[in-house]
Amino acid sequence: MRRRPFTVLLLPALALGLSLAGAMLAAPRPAEAEEFITVASTTSTENSGLFGHLLPLFQAQSGIEVRVVALGTGQAMRVAERGDADVLFVHHRASELKFVEQGHGVGRREVMYNDFVLVGPRADPAGVAGTRDAAAAFARIAQAKAPFASRGDDSGTHKAERAVWKSAGLAPDGARDPWYRETGSGMGATLNTAAAMDAYALADRGTWLGFRNKGGLVVVVEGDPVLFNPYGVILVNPARHPHVKAAAGQRFIDWLVSPAGQSAIAGFKVGGAQVFFPDAK
Amino acid sequence: MTELRGAFAQALALIGGADPSLVEIVLLTVQVSFSAVLLATAIALPLGGALALYRFPGRRGLVVLLNALMGLPPVVAGLAVYLLLSRSGALGAWGLLFTPGAMIAAQCVLVTPIVAALSRQVLEDLWAEYAEQLRSLGAGRARAIATLVWEGRHALLTAVLAGFGRAIAEVGAVLIVGGNIAHHTRVMTTAIALETSKGDLALALGLGMLLIGMSIVVNASAYLLKEYAQVRYG
Repeated sequence: MRRRPFTVLLLPALALGLSLAGAMLAAPRPAEAEEFITVASTTSTENSGLFGHLLPLFQAQSGIEVRVVALGTGQAMRVAERGDADVLFVHHRASELKFVEQGHGVGRREVMYNDFVLVGPRADPAGVAGTRDAAAAFARIAQAKAPFASRGDDSGTHKAERAVWKSAGLAPDGARDPWYRETGSGMGATLNTAAAMDAYALADRGTWLGFRNKGGLVVVVEGDPVLFNPYGVILVNPARHPHVKAAAGQRFIDWLVSPAGQSAIAGFKVGGAQVFFPDAK
Repeated sequence: MTELRGAFAQALALIGGADPSLVEIVLLTVQVSFSAVLLATAIALPLGGALALYRFPGRRGLVVLLNALMGLPPVVAGLAVYLLLSRSGALGAWGLLFTPGAMIAAQCVLVTPIVAALSRQVLEDLWAEYAEQLRSLGAGRARAIATLVWEGRHALLTAVLAGFGRAIAEVGAVLIVGGNIAHHTRVMTTAIALETSKGDLALALGLGMLLIGMSIVVNASAYLLKEYAQVRYG
């Protein structure tokens, strides 16, 4: 009872001051460029290491720091729609065109492509290895009721997977088909799940090549044109969101489709293999 | 088993290597969680004290609500803060989304109920013991809260450490409002989630061990400080 109750009254004030100081210290850090843009992109570009390769090159040339928020394509689009990013860099052409059509973004450019691969257990219970026809392989998996791990998260890869099922005349549903398992998570988490339960899964090649926990999984089907996976880049519409850093964002887009950016994309390799193929027009 | 052994090796290599990008992640983790806990404590102690000493209609409901919010799912807190700080949200003009400031705010939302609910209990017990004495000295309730906070500082420290444990361990909220941006909003837990999704389980687990180590260091420091203060000041 005896001492210094006033010190205690000061404590909350002191704590507030310290935490504000902490917040300020946390904000500007020495390595940061003066200007930065926020890019909403997909896990495939971030997890494969592509951005780690490209962004330092762009920053050295332009002085602009690029902050990447890596999400599924669907979620990345919603973040951009709300104006929480300056540039959208994703892979689902139909949704991208719709995004521009609805006025959320402007000046869509095609940047590069890679492809999806069907991975599955080495034992290949559905007997699909060797075929190039993705729809036929999917039909055989459904027939064999072999476990299939789906992203189930409205990502670009998930949309592409649904498109292959549709072209096979099927629409598997986790509630009805116990072999069809929707993980509702990112590519890496889905591959972890597939590896753990010997399931088939559709993956983008970039994530697959960089993935470290392959377990017994191997690529079983590749090379079907339906597995083509193009990436587009869009500036978030500054007319709709006035705070969008249009000039810096446009500079990043222009660099990506320039000869310098395109050759940087071609030069990115995982384990000696090229992952993304530049195709800007 | 091989993963566990790999993780130990990774954890040791991480500590030994002092890789600059890891140092950056560790520093940001500490900065964000410390700031969040200090801010939350500044709100929670007066709040807990008021709930312990004042009697007003709806007090019981508030106590129950506060206790329930100790279990607030981080992903829900993150989503709420995201919607608030989003450019299309109420505080969008502040431009705080995807910054360490947003992560501090989200963790503060998670930690405040924990510290407030636990300190409410501590202060209520102390009040039962000292109410008469304090009244006879003519102390008002606001003054009494300050005195009781000082008297209960050791028990309250445990409440604050519980809040710190929550802040440093959660991933759902900081992932949503911070965006796990490399060199900017990447903290230990989001880095662990990222390495897991890359399938590098040994590195992820190694980072996890490092995080537990950090937590031990913080708790040990708090304990030693308390011991020292008890010996020095009684």
